[in-house]
Amino acid sequence: MSPRRKIWLALALLMALHLFVVFADFFAPYSPASQNRDFPLAPPTRLHFRDAAGHWHLRPFLYATVPRLDGINEYEESRGQEYPVRFFVQGDAYKLAGFLSSRLHLLGVDAPAQISLAGTDSYGRDVFSRVLHGGRISLGAGLFAALISLSIGTLVGTLSGFYGGWMDESVMRLTELFLVLPWLYLLLAVRSFLPLHLSPLQTFFLLAGVIGTIGWTRPARLVRGVVLSAKHRQYVLASRGFGASDLHILRRHILPQTYGVLLTQAALLVPQFVIAEVTLSFFGLGVNEPAPSWGNLLASLQQYNVLVSSWWMFAPALALVVFCLGYTILANLIHEQIQSIPA
Amino acid sequence: MRRLGWLAVLVFVCVSLGQAVSLPAQPVAGEELQISHGEIGRYGGRLVVAQKSEPKTLNPVLALDAPSREVMGRMNADLIHINRDTQQTEPALAQSWKVSPDGRVFLLQLRHGLRFSDGQPFDADDVVFSFQVYMDAKLNSPQRDMLIIAGKPIAVEKAGPYAVRFTLAQPYAAAERLFDSVAMLPRHLLEKPYRDGKFESVWSISAPPAAIAGLGPFRLKEYVPGQRLVLERNPYYWKADRNKNRLPYLDEMVFLFAGNEDAQVIRFQAGDTTVLGRVGAENYTLLSKDAASRGYALYDLGPSLEYNFLLFNQNDLTGKKLEKLAPAQSWFTNLQFRQAVSLAVDRNAIVRLAYAGRAVPLWGNVSPSNKLWFDSALPRPARSVEKARELLKGAGFSWRGDGQLLDPKGRAVEFTIIASASSAQRARMATIIQDDLGKLGMNVHAVSLEFRALLDRVFQTYDYEAVIMGLGGGDADPNPEMNVWLSNGSTHLWRLGENKPASAWEAELDQLMQKQMVERNHSKRKQLYDRAQQIIGQNLPFIFLATPNVLVGARSDLGNVKPALLEPNLLWNVEELYLRAATGGGR
Repeated sequence: MSPRRKIWLALALLMALHLFVVFADFFAPYSPASQNRDFPLAPPTRLHFRDAAGHWHLRPFLYATVPRLDGINEYEESRGQEYPVRFFVQGDAYKLAGFLSSRLHLLGVDAPAQISLAGTDSYGRDVFSRVLHGGRISLGAGLFAALISLSIGTLVGTLSGFYGGWMDESVMRLTELFLVLPWLYLLLAVRSFLPLHLSPLQTFFLLAGVIGTIGWTRPARLVRGVVLSAKHRQYVLASRGFGASDLHILRRHILPQTYGVLLTQAALLVPQFVIAEVTLSFFGLGVNEPAPSWGNLLASLQQYNVLVSSWWMFAPALALVVFCLGYTILANLIHEQIQSIPA
Repeated sequence: MRRLGWLAVLVFVCVSLGQAVSLPAQPVAGEELQISHGEIGRYGGRLVVAQKSEPKTLNPVLALDAPSREVMGRMNADLIHINRDTQQTEPALAQSWKVSPDGRVFLLQLRHGLRFSDGQPFDADDVVFSFQVYMDAKLNSPQRDMLIIAGKPIAVEKAGPYAVRFTLAQPYAAAERLFDSVAMLPRHLLEKPYRDGKFESVWSISAPPAAIAGLGPFRLKEYVPGQRLVLERNPYYWKADRNKNRLPYLDEMVFLFAGNEDAQVIRFQAGDTTVLGRVGAENYTLLSKDAASRGYALYDLGPSLEYNFLLFNQNDLTGKKLEKLAPAQSWFTNLQFRQAVSLAVDRNAIVRLAYAGRAVPLWGNVSPSNKLWFDSALPRPARSVEKARELLKGAGFSWRGDGQLLDPKGRAVEFTIIASASSAQRARMATIIQDDLGKLGMNVHAVSLEFRALLDRVFQTYDYEAVIMGLGGGDADPNPEMNVWLSNGSTHLWRLGENKPASAWEAELDQLMQKQMVERNHSKRKQLYDRAQQIIGQNLPFIFLATPNVLVGARSDLGNVKPALLEPNLLWNVEELYLRAATGGGR
C-alpha cells in the first residue's frame, strides 16, 4: 500500500471513530445520565447466539440480568426469556446536534432487559453510553485545544522566525516561561476563582482554553525553526528582490513550508491534550456529575473496590488508548511522508 | 578497676535485658486495681493499626482531630467511663461516686495508689488541676462546652487526698457521662507550663516521650514523622485481669499513617495491620471474599449512631454580601419546599447505591440502633414524587414547558449541593439526590469540595446553597446533641449564630432540649426528647438521609475483640486485647 493510501486509511478510521462520538446520542443505547438503581456495578451483558435448546440464532439475544439474592452487587442471568437485540429502536429522548429531537437509537432490547455492552457504574448507568458521550468532552477539548495552540504557535513562531531580532529573543524567552509553568496548579488556581458550579459547556471551554494557551510553545518553536531556514532560501530572496511584500512572501513561500510540521504537530497534540483533559477531570477539575468525560469516568477507579472488582470500568481507558494510538499512527505516517519528499 | 568496669556493664546489660523480657509487675499492696472480666490473655506482641492521617497533637486538652484523639485515648484515662459495649457508665479512675439528692453535687472517690506512666502518683490534686485546665476559657478546649452547665463552669474542689467534689449550677441528666474522655493530666508535669502560659505548646507531636505521662494502658515510645507512632505498655496501668495479671497484654501499639481508607484496606488485607477501623460497605464486601483464607474476621455491627443529612442554607445573610443566595433562600425557608424535597429523595437508593445495602434510611436524627432514645412513632413517609409535586404546587411553584420548576416569582429553581470530596458516599448521595430532584423539575448541581473548604463555607462564609453532611456518633445520649438543636448552639447548622429562636417551633425545641438536659427521670426525659424528634421531623431543618452500618475487621488471632457501635469501635478495650500466637501481628 502506498504511504499516501495509508494516511487516508488511518484518517478514515479516525473519522469513523469520531463519528461514533459525535453521534453518541444515536449510537448509545441509553442516555448517559439515566440511572437504573437496581443494577449498580453490573458486569457487561453477555450476547448469546445459541439458545438453551442448542439452536443457533443469526440475531444475537440476551437474558435479563437479575441481582443475586446472596450477594451485594452480584448478578446472574435469568434464563427464562430471550430478548433479541433490536436495531433502530425508540429509547431515551435526545436532541441531535442540539435541535433535532429524536428517540431513535441504534441498539436496544425490550424492557425489562438491559443491554449494557460495557457494564454499569455505581449508579446503574450504562458505561458504554457514558464512554461514547464522554468522548465528546474529552476529544472535543483535545481538538479545540490543539486548534488554539497551533494557531497561537503558528502566529508567534512565524513572526519571531521571520522578523528575528528583539522580537525573536523576547518571544523565545516567553516560550521558556510557559514551558516551566506548573499548569496543573495554574488550573487549580483558575478554578478556585470561578463559581462552584460551571455548566459542562463552560467547563469545556475553560479546560480547552487553558490547555491550548499553555501548549502553544512547542509548535511555536518548531514553526520558528522552519521559518528561519526558509527565509534565507534563494527563491525567497529572489521574491524579495522583485519587491514582494512581507505578507506575500509569508503567504506564498514560507507558510507552505510549515504545513508538514503543523500537520504532524496536530496529530501529536490532539492525543496529548485529550490526555491532559482526562488528567484534569480525573482530579475532579473537569465537568461535574452527571455529565461524563473520560477523565471523570476513570476517576471512579480511584476507589480500590472498583479497581479490583469491576474491570469493565476500565472501558474509557480502552477508548483513550484506541484514539491516542490512531492519532500517533497518523502522525508517524504524515512524518514519514514529509521526510520522503525531497526538499 | 578495669574488671569492675566490665562487671558494671554486664550487670547493666542484664538489668536492661531483664526489664525488656520480664512481664509487668504484679499489683503492689495498697494499689486499688480495677479487675477486667475479659478472657485471660497472654502477654506480648504488637498491635498495628493504620490511621488515615497523622495525629496533630498529643495534648488531650487541645486535640480536635480524630487521629489525635484515637492515639491519645490509648494513653490517657478518665474518671468515669462509658463502656462502649454496654453504653452505660462505669467506674474508671474514680472507684465510686455519690450524687446529692438534688442531683447537683457529685462526690467522686478516686482509686488509691495509682501512678502515672512515669511512675508518679495520681491523686485529687491532679483531678482539680485537670478540670481547671479544661475549663480555662483561654485554652478554648473542645471539652469545655460540655463542662459549662447553665452558663457556669462546674465547680471542682478537693474533698480529701483521694476525693473530689463537683458542683453543677443546675441538675444535669446523665451527668456521669460528662466525665467520659476527659483525660486526667499529670500536675507534676503540666502545672509549670500552664502557670507560665505555655500550655498550648506542651505535648506537641514532636515532644520527647519522657515529657509525656498519662493514665492510659500505653505510653509514647517513639514518633517517626510521616511513618509511624509507637506506644509501649504502661507498666503502671491500673487494670488487671481476673488472675491479677496487670494489663495491657500487648507490648506495643503501632499507628501507621495510610492516607485514605483504600490504603487502610489494602494494608489490612495484606496482613500489615491487626485491626481495621470503620470501612465502607464496598470495601467490606471486597474484604469478606477472602476473609477466611487470609485469617481475619469482619464485623457488621448494624447501623451506627451518626446521621447523614441534606442541609439547606437558611442563615441570616445580612452583611454577608451574598445577595445571589436570596432567591434560593426564599425556597429553602419554605417548609413545603423542604417537605417536597424530603418526599422526593429516594432513601432506599441511597442505602443501596451509596452504602451497598449496609445502612438504614433515616427520617430523624436518632438512629434506630440507639434503642434507648429512638422514637419508633416518628412518621416515615414513603417516597412519593407525586405528593412532592402537589406540595410544591400548593406553595405556588409551577412548571415550565420543558419541565423546569419555577418559584412563585417565576424564577427557575436551580441550586448546587456540595459534598466532601473525601467521602465517596456523600458525593454519591449528592448525585442520587440531584437525579431525584430533577424529577421535580429542579436543576440541581452536585459539586465535590475539599472538606476544609466545605466547612469554611458552612461555618464561616455561609456561601453555599445546600450541603450533605453527617453528625453524631459520639455518644448515645441526647446531651452531646445540645449544640445542634439549641438555637444558639455552635453546630446549629441551618441558622448559625442566632441569639433567639427564629420561629415558634425552634423556641419549643429550645425549651424541650433545655428541659431534657436537667430531667433525671429517664422516661420523662424520653418523652421530652421524643417530642423534640417529632418537631425536628415535622420542620425538617435537616433532610435526614441514612446512617451507615459500623463495619470493622480484626485479625482472627486477636483475642478479646468486642467491637462496639461507639467510637473507638475496636480499640476501646485495647488493654484486654491479646495475640493468641504471640509471634503474630508483625512482631
